[in-house]
Amino acid sequence: MHASRAVTFGAAMLMFLPAAGWGQRPLQSDSVAVAIQRLGARLDSLQSGVCPVEPIPAAPRVTGDANSDSLMAAMNRLTLRVESLRATRCLTARVPPAGANPADTAQVRPDSLDPASGVLPTPSPTPQLPTASRSAGGAYMNLGFVALADFGWSTEPDVGSLQLGDHDPQVRGFTIPNAELSLDGAVDPYFKGFSNIVYKIQPNGETGVELEEVYFLTTSLPWNFQIKGGQFFTEFGRQNPQHPHSWAFVDQPLVLNRIFGPDGLRSQGARVSWLAPTPWYLEAMVSVLNSTGGTAFSFRSDESAAIHGGVPVEHAVRRLQDLMLVPRIATSFDLTETQTLVLGASAALGPNSSGPDADTRIYGADLYWKWKSASADRGFPFVSFQTEVLARRYEAAARVSAENATVTLPAETLSDRGFYSQLLWGIKPRVVVGIRGESSSGDAAAFDSQLRADRYRLSPNLTWYPTEFSKLRLQYNYDHRQGIGSDDSVWMQFEFLLGAHAAHKF
Amino acid sequence: MKTSALFLKVASATLIAASSTAPLDNGKLNVVATTPDLAAIAREIGGDAVAVKALAKPTEDPHYVDAKPSHVVTLNRADVLIEGGAELELGWLPPLLESTRNEKIASGAAGRISASQGVTMLEVPATFDRSRGDVHPYGNPHFLLDPLNVKLIAAQMADHFAQVDPKAAAQYRANLKTFDSAVDVKLSQWEQQLAPFRGAKIVTYHKDFSYLAERFNLEVVETLEPKPGIAPSPAHLARVIATMRAVNARVILVQPYQNRKTAETVARQTNAVVLDIPQQPGAIKNTDTYFELMDYMVGTLAGAFRSQK
Repeated sequence: MHASRAVTFGAAMLMFLPAAGWGQRPLQSDSVAVAIQRLGARLDSLQSGVCPVEPIPAAPRVTGDANSDSLMAAMNRLTLRVESLRATRCLTARVPPAGANPADTAQVRPDSLDPASGVLPTPSPTPQLPTASRSAGGAYMNLGFVALADFGWSTEPDVGSLQLGDHDPQVRGFTIPNAELSLDGAVDPYFKGFSNIVYKIQPNGETGVELEEVYFLTTSLPWNFQIKGGQFFTEFGRQNPQHPHSWAFVDQPLVLNRIFGPDGLRSQGARVSWLAPTPWYLEAMVSVLNSTGGTAFSFRSDESAAIHGGVPVEHAVRRLQDLMLVPRIATSFDLTETQTLVLGASAALGPNSSGPDADTRIYGADLYWKWKSASADRGFPFVSFQTEVLARRYEAAARVSAENATVTLPAETLSDRGFYSQLLWGIKPRVVVGIRGESSSGDAAAFDSQLRADRYRLSPNLTWYPTEFSKLRLQYNYDHRQGIGSDDSVWMQFEFLLGAHAAHKF
Repeated sequence: MKTSALFLKVASATLIAASSTAPLDNGKLNVVATTPDLAAIAREIGGDAVAVKALAKPTEDPHYVDAKPSHVVTLNRADVLIEGGAELELGWLPPLLESTRNEKIASGAAGRISASQGVTMLEVPATFDRSRGDVHPYGNPHFLLDPLNVKLIAAQMADHFAQVDPKAAAQYRANLKTFDSAVDVKLSQWEQQLAPFRGAKIVTYHKDFSYLAERFNLEVVETLEPKPGIAPSPAHLARVIATMRAVNARVILVQPYQNRKTAETVARQTNAVVLDIPQQPGAIKNTDTYFELMDYMVGTLAGAFRSQK
């Protein structure tokens, strides 16, 4: 708090000193005397432990006279030191209002050097201010906001039947699928805290709000352990834990949609992770989570009729096995100075809602490879390849058909699988071309479900990042659904980012 | 549930195997620096009592380093972490530290050095406004080009190294003394070399030579980027060319990762020279140490100014 206030304060001081106008009015010698007197008074009060209220709004001036100017410059330096002292000592230090100043930096330009005296007419740079290493988003908390907007058209008029992800474009025309407020910071020396609150405007125009993530992370457990607790995107594979705005494509991959549901796999629970003391990266983790809710789609979700065709059965948590267990192991190697490979294997195991004793097993493998030039300019050029394969064994119990209550569907094993692969090429700074190919299928069962039918999709796209705080994306989808046919869709996506958004993991 | 049991078995077996092998200990202090320039200074101060590793490559843009998993491992084993601070590494260090689990280098620990601490920063913005480009709120983070800042940081390093590794404290202090006087000697040499060109006008790609200009009385008249982090536009370059002609600026400085072609285009129209001036030791041959790099930098600049006189 102290440090960050001091910095803001010092910066603001620097702003208003030159701002107050290096006018051409002659310097009155009595104004120096007044300034000295004021400064002395402020020092006295600081020394006696009383905080002077407002910083001196004195206007330093340039007169062209070397002696006066050097005197005034010295005064300014002293003022800055006193104010910085005040800022660090006084908790109630207030930042003077900004905005009155056209000069955005207190940069000392060499061209403003007075040739006669060598005196810089601008105040000397800040006295030694402590520098924090996180952004100015807030004193104890980073505050960030990301907004995504989509625009486009599809040959399928019911876009919602084609784009099944919660953060996909959902209508012909405009969609605002994700506006995310993120908060994070150090709780104390032992924990960090994170929260993501998502707003989305639904196709009917209503605004939906969800507490997408809220969790703590330990920072100082022994033996390389780390615990995460709360609600969070479960660490299964590569894309599931990522937020929509860091996806490389406009929409959620088909296989993740089918197996984890429209909003991915996340639930309330805890994750323990362990970083192995091996010379290369090897991390093992396991999450224990509640198995209910729409984001536990393949488990005890009450929205699971699309998977098993029956009426979902509710049952209470009777034993530990009624929770969901998600183990994952990930490893990484630097193949060369410029190439990195990350491999992972995950599983998600838990009860499902087709019957009181039915369960689901999901397995996944993922691979990510990236090459980045040794002399990368803002991270470009690069080439990356990412692929994930998932398979699900859904042990469906004998259940009442959701379509016809007089029909009982037999107990059966529902097997589904799918993959996606995506190749990105960062051609030159801020420009990325990408292509994604994907396919999903499910074995025949005693009922029909479009969600389990064969489907493949091919999506080339082009992304332009004006800066890392905004992006513009154009994507085409060639989509083939068995029994329905092919569809073409074109989507534009725009994103902007405000505040101190947390940097992304590799 | 069988698979999960197997998974846990494998995990616990690995755990037992791993905990029995003690971490690699070469008896040296494991120092990790975010950038090669900080690493080079750490080598001067640490001498043979430390093993120094830099995360960023000398040729890459230090603002955009990948938060690779191998860096997590490096940081996990570090005794000391030296960061530039002032948000230079904001895009990649925080996510690494989140996974690092190393209290020795936690913020505020003796093993954590933020180089910008204590440095008088230039170009501290008064307002935080990204319409002015990617301005660092704590000031320009490329402060290692001023040898006096280097001395400040070297003293900080010696101090922290001594706290973390008291048995070699005398060595660190002696190294600091040697380094300090070497910088003093070299600084007056460098000042002499550049003294005839006081006020010489230069153009840079990014705002990354401000501290060098400040120390050696050079004047950065323009940057090829219209705003920090914003790619040069034709309109802006036309203005740069006009300014360069008007004030007779004929030296353009570029770093290895910056777009040399843009600089060359401007140079052709202004009869200027493009100088490859890396700020990171090791980016080009024979610039592996701090002094070699500075010698190269000052020598190249002086040579260019001389040939244009």
